[in-house]
Amino acid sequence: MALLQTRGLTARYGDSQALFGVDIALGQGETIAIIGANGAGKTTLLRTIAGVLRSDPGMVMFDGAEIGARPADEIMKLGIAMVPEGRKLFPSLSVEENLLIGAHGRKAAGPWNLDAVLDLFPVLKEKRAVPGTALSGGQQQMVAIGRALMSNPRVLLCDEISLGLAPVVIRDIYAAFPRIRAGGASVIVVEQDIGQAMKVASRVYCMMEGRVTLEGLPGDLSREAIHAAYFGAVA
Amino acid sequence: MNWIDTILQGVLLGGLYALFAAGLSLVFGIMRLVNLAHGDLIILAAYLILVIVSALGLNPFLAALVAMPVMFALGWLLQRVVLNRVLGNDILPPLLVTFGLSIVIQNALLQGFSADSQRIGAGALETASVDFGPVTLGVMPMLTFASAILVIVGLNQLFYRTAMGRAFRATSDDPVTASLMGIKPASVFAQATGIAMIVVTIAALYLGMRANFDPTIGPARLIYAFEAVIIGGLGSLWGTLAGGVIIGVAQTLGAAVNPEWQILAGHVAFLLVLLVRPRGLFPRAYD
Ligand SMILES: Nc1ncnc2c1ncn2[C@@H]1O[C@H](COP(=O)(O)OP(=O)(O)O)[C@@H](O)[C@H]1O
Ligand SMILES: [Mg+2]
Repeated sequence: MALLQTRGLTARYGDSQALFGVDIALGQGETIAIIGANGAGKTTLLRTIAGVLRSDPGMVMFDGAEIGARPADEIMKLGIAMVPEGRKLFPSLSVEENLLIGAHGRKAAGPWNLDAVLDLFPVLKEKRAVPGTALSGGQQQMVAIGRALMSNPRVLLCDEISLGLAPVVIRDIYAAFPRIRAGGASVIVVEQDIGQAMKVASRVYCMMEGRVTLEGLPGDLSREAIHAAYFGAVA
Repeated sequence: MNWIDTILQGVLLGGLYALFAAGLSLVFGIMRLVNLAHGDLIILAAYLILVIVSALGLNPFLAALVAMPVMFALGWLLQRVVLNRVLGNDILPPLLVTFGLSIVIQNALLQGFSADSQRIGAGALETASVDFGPVTLGVMPMLTFASAILVIVGLNQLFYRTAMGRAFRATSDDPVTASLMGIKPASVFAQATGIAMIVVTIAALYLGMRANFDPTIGPARLIYAFEAVIIGGLGSLWGTLAGGVIIGVAQTLGAAVNPEWQILAGHVAFLLVLLVRPRGLFPRAYD
């Protein structure tokens, strides 16, 4: 049985519907990728799983329990941590405080703590005392990932962690993923960078206009199929 | 006339204004809520201390200690039951609700305690003073000022040295991302208002021991508190103390020239600071 699963998940912003019955499943220890063009609904999907947007009861199952109607702070305590789109570091907190606050609501046993995170991203060591927002984009992304790891999550949701970063920086950040997986987290990455998504994930979902349009193993998906699922038109 | 004496009296008076203002500053800093009932809550706390003094026969300082948890609980409930419901992008609903609350508190106090003015008796402390060469300072004003410093040091320790303070600052920055850290913004706001009510109780203690009060004087205290907060720069507690001191010194200097100018001089100083520094003396870098 899947660790995390959505069933017919819908989401709306006021009068406009953003998700129309999304079904995805994440197995224990698995890493899956969700790709799709801007506005496809990827962020909305992660925000709904994390509880920032409420869904209806029965639409999100985590570890056998129904979590769809719960608020974000309770879902985090169950072990679902999110690296939000745009990093969202707290400007009035130092780098170290930004990391520490990641464990505010959940003190679970596991491999991750301040030292382990600074070990994973050593460049942050000498920046501990500066405000999080004084760092480069790549370093901010490392803080955002480290902050999510601090709670020793069972599921890690990563929203476009490569957005706006130079290729070498993206490579450095993705180099941390084997250790993140070894730490016990199952991972959902949302990416527009299809190549990166294919490398890191064992299964890929493609979204368009609030629906999953394609699902498969990275090796099995042809360029044409992805193109069609991405843009709707058959190439 | 002794100018040094006048200025020092003003500085100490600023401590009282800083106490009026610190709770307002704290609540505004964390949830961007302007509480128009803040002055009336101070008066409410003064009556609570008065009731405890006469019912239990305690001295005012011990009575204030007893009042603190009661006021904390009141603030917590007020935030949970009323204010959290009106917080949002629109600043008008909280203004209207706290304006209404101000009227409710004033009328409830009039019902319960009549319009007669009251005072919290502090015995010999009321008139005690200490000679420092050319100047003589009252013990009560010095205690007030020391308490203001202690309150601000204490609040800063809470904000910058504890996990609770970290959660306060994070929620103030971005409540949605804070909820992803397992923080419940609604309960952070309730804790913050509860703590602000503890500060309100301390302000009420000195207000009530230093001068007469009646149910209607809250809004006038609110104005001094506002001016101190705005002069200091929104959200900065040391700035709030500086703001209180500027108003206090302006008032005593004004009164030294002409006793009728005391209140006016404070307001003029406020306007002058705003002219030169529209965002206050110590504004936050981001907002
Ligand atoms: N806060 C919001 N209010 C209203 N509509 C929104 C909001 N955020 C996203 N949307 C809409 O929801 C749809 C999905 O957006 P999003 O989930 O951000 O897509 P993606 O992350 O795939 O780029 C888009 O049509 C977008 O315009
Ligand atoms: Mg997005």
